[in-house]
Amino acid sequence: MANPTGWKPSMEKGAEGGEAQEVGAMGATRGLAMEEALVFEQGSPGRVGVSLPPVPAGTNPAAEIPAAMLRPEIPGMPEMAELEVVRHFTRLSQWNWGIDTGFYPLGSCTMKYNPKSSEALARLPGFAGAHPLLPSSMSQGALELIWKLERALSEIAGFPATVMSPAAGAQGELAGLMMIRAYHVARGAPRRKVLIPDTAHGTNPASAALNGYSTVQLESGPDGRLHPETVAKAMDEDVAAIMITNPNTLGIFETHIAEIAAIVHARGGLVYGDGANFNAVLGVARPGDMGFDVMQYNLHKTFATPHGGGGPGSGPVGVAAALVPFMPLPVVVKDGESFRLVTDPRERPSTIGKLREFWGNMGMFVRAWALIRELGPDGLRRVAELAVLNANYVRARLKGHFNLPYATDTLHEVVFDDQLQKDDGVTTMDVAKRLIDHGTHPPTVYFPLVVHGAIMIEPTETESKETLDQFVGAMLAIAEQAKANPEALKSAPRKPIRARLDETRAARKPVLRWTPGMKVE
Amino acid sequence: MRYHPHTPGDVRQMLDVCGVKSIDELFRSIPEKLRLARPLDVPQATDEISLLSEFQRLAARNQTEHPPFVGAGAYAHHVPPAVDQLLLRGEFFTAYTPYQPEIAQGTLQALFEWQTFVTLLTGLEISNASMYDGATATAEAVLLATRATSRGKVVVSAALHPEYRKVLATYLASTGDEIVTVPYGPDGRTDLAALEAAVDDRTAAVVIGYPNFFGVVDALPEAAAIAHRAGALAISSTSEAVALGLLKAPGDLGVDVAVGTMQSFGNGVNFGGPAPGFLAIREGLVRQMPGRVAGATVDRTGRRGFVLTLSTREQHIRRDKATSNICTNAGLAALAATIHLSLLGKNGLAHLARLNFARGKQLRDAMKRAGFGLRFTGPTFNEAAFEVGDAEAVVERLASRGIAAGVPLSRWYPGDPRMKGALLSVATEVHTPELIELFAQTVKG
Repeated sequence: MANPTGWKPSMEKGAEGGEAQEVGAMGATRGLAMEEALVFEQGSPGRVGVSLPPVPAGTNPAAEIPAAMLRPEIPGMPEMAELEVVRHFTRLSQWNWGIDTGFYPLGSCTMKYNPKSSEALARLPGFAGAHPLLPSSMSQGALELIWKLERALSEIAGFPATVMSPAAGAQGELAGLMMIRAYHVARGAPRRKVLIPDTAHGTNPASAALNGYSTVQLESGPDGRLHPETVAKAMDEDVAAIMITNPNTLGIFETHIAEIAAIVHARGGLVYGDGANFNAVLGVARPGDMGFDVMQYNLHKTFATPHGGGGPGSGPVGVAAALVPFMPLPVVVKDGESFRLVTDPRERPSTIGKLREFWGNMGMFVRAWALIRELGPDGLRRVAELAVLNANYVRARLKGHFNLPYATDTLHEVVFDDQLQKDDGVTTMDVAKRLIDHGTHPPTVYFPLVVHGAIMIEPTETESKETLDQFVGAMLAIAEQAKANPEALKSAPRKPIRARLDETRAARKPVLRWTPGMKVE
Repeated sequence: MRYHPHTPGDVRQMLDVCGVKSIDELFRSIPEKLRLARPLDVPQATDEISLLSEFQRLAARNQTEHPPFVGAGAYAHHVPPAVDQLLLRGEFFTAYTPYQPEIAQGTLQALFEWQTFVTLLTGLEISNASMYDGATATAEAVLLATRATSRGKVVVSAALHPEYRKVLATYLASTGDEIVTVPYGPDGRTDLAALEAAVDDRTAAVVIGYPNFFGVVDALPEAAAIAHRAGALAISSTSEAVALGLLKAPGDLGVDVAVGTMQSFGNGVNFGGPAPGFLAIREGLVRQMPGRVAGATVDRTGRRGFVLTLSTREQHIRRDKATSNICTNAGLAALAATIHLSLLGKNGLAHLARLNFARGKQLRDAMKRAGFGLRFTGPTFNEAAFEVGDAEAVVERLASRGIAAGVPLSRWYPGDPRMKGALLSVATEVHTPELIELFAQTVKG
């Protein structure tokens, strides 16, 4: 128990010296990262980290609740003083990479800067302390903000209305498909199939399956685009919808989108837009004008709400007029000068129902509205312009050093692969891990699936030219090293607190919680 | 624009490298007719000072001066400032899902700790890395049960949170699974005879609130036994997780899947979101579990570390065969709960839970002195339904004084005449005994 993490001082030997020079002045150096046990392996009986009023004398739960339903305490819970807890989580944070730490070019994740002022705004007691079931007379500020954000999002993507409640992009997809299903049911039958291009996110087929749809995969063309002929061939009266990400996950704009939408509409189908890549066209073009009937926004991508290490997200869904009757509840409406929630299905008899508890991720709404207010119409367009400029700059500088599987123009992200490194035995994973030593988060790797060994780079608009130059410098150094000393790449990363982790072991012998005396070897 | 670092010189140099003359040229792949020919019709940009005052004005239109006496799925608890200050570490809140484990050990170890806390509180063996909220966690638990049992019927207590039941109905609308709702008795607990009659060999799961929507400690062990006799899974759903510091763990009462929200730990009420949903299961159900999970392993030098694991269940690998489409979940909200639970620890949690029970009792006593009895006879934790006559009028009257009194149960149970005058209210550690007394007197008017 004295050394539960398995760290030994001898492991630090050889970690200094030439290595720091090798990754250059801007690379990661080893700071003071502290080994840290689990909270369950720390503390001492009797300690506590909170200050609470006393429990009134005479409090006796057993007088009312059957003794068989009570427990005196929970064995295994930690017992720590406040400072121990503060150090614990501060140290854990130091093992993490965030946008605040450095460049985070994860393709299709849009890791842009999360404004600090938004954090202050979301913490205003009037927002953070507002109970969701406050009478509407007591929550006009929250309702007004949701209403304004709904109006703005609808305008930005070109839809008449937007569903605000979905908890994340994938739940937005689910909501969109539920509305599509309801639309078809209202016209006779739900239909059975959903068309999905091979470049799509995994959530697309999973969301379709959750709605009882079987999926038909469509192949994109040699230019990375989906072609109308492909869609026409697959389209019939049993297809409920096509799901398209535009620009797609190769960063390529689906130029034929209007024609594709017409083909699908002609046979009674609907067009679903995955808004994961909406950052690319903000203020430049609107999905609602391209033939999309429904699209989810990812406020945690395009509108800069923090990703928080895996959520919370927020996935509002814009809908065309034909789908408005099916919108899930609640919706916020403005009656004269006041705002209210519509929660009663009698007001919206065709609604698909309720998607989640209460009204939506208000904390994310506050931040997203703050960004829209600070950017305004010109700033929003500037987002797309600079995001596309940054991605194209990286593309131009890396071209020739890494293989570009598609020569087609790209917008906010670009996908390379490891073809040029393959002969030296270096894979995309090696490149990614070595980037960590250079002090940058790796791009998205091995996605989209249509590119073998994909390296998917999305810089976002908030990164400066210097940051991009550092990243390019690191990538070029790695390309060099792949030729000169490929073996050295295999041991990357060497700088972080942990080397490459054994994922196979984790899956074969799952240890998913702490238990007393836990040992992982 | 402070978030856009590009100088005109930068832009020029970058365009040169790209081999184009203008930024516009970079958008040439978008057909002209699909472009927006006008500026977006949103308000003009504002500066930070105006932004702050604009949002302060909006926030001030929400009345939050007094702690709310309304719970019903979202609970106002004291969140120690230490929680938020740690949460604001940018390395936590500006990180993405931990796809590169070597530089995400902080998130991963914290998730592992969250999973451990969830298993300790629920008495089950495995927890995932969080769900969107309590309602969707409940729906996902039911979907899990239908997969695990290959059955298509679920029996739900009418005393389960009505919002959770609505969400479940939405999720099951396209699967063809059947939902049977069984009533509650005069004690506010699930009617066990009706439950027994409703559960059969087609039943995948029985779902019970714990505590249930009325704040009542429901008959969980009996309901679990009924489920098991029919080969169905027992699911408990908890929206006030502080109760799990006092009540026996669902897993120790026969439950197979425990879900709900840990919002009560570390998270504000946030007008209803975000909140950290949780889902815990017995070991044998792991292949059917939705969502991400962190697991312990070793790095190549033998040191313990953490990774996301068992991903062959998930959408990015299995696509249309995945156990769920969930991807982004409620990571940061789960971290907030983890930090708060660490601060509380064994003694703090036991203390907090007893204090909440005591405040609930003070509320019941104060209401009784003011002349308001309980709607249900069953034992409660910190929330209860009171007979106040015209509950809607009480809510309106107290709202005019800036107090959120509770929710009239007739809104959610319009067909039940017993609910006509019932007001569901809660008291937690943020409600002082004096405030509770004042509340009861104000309800009396």
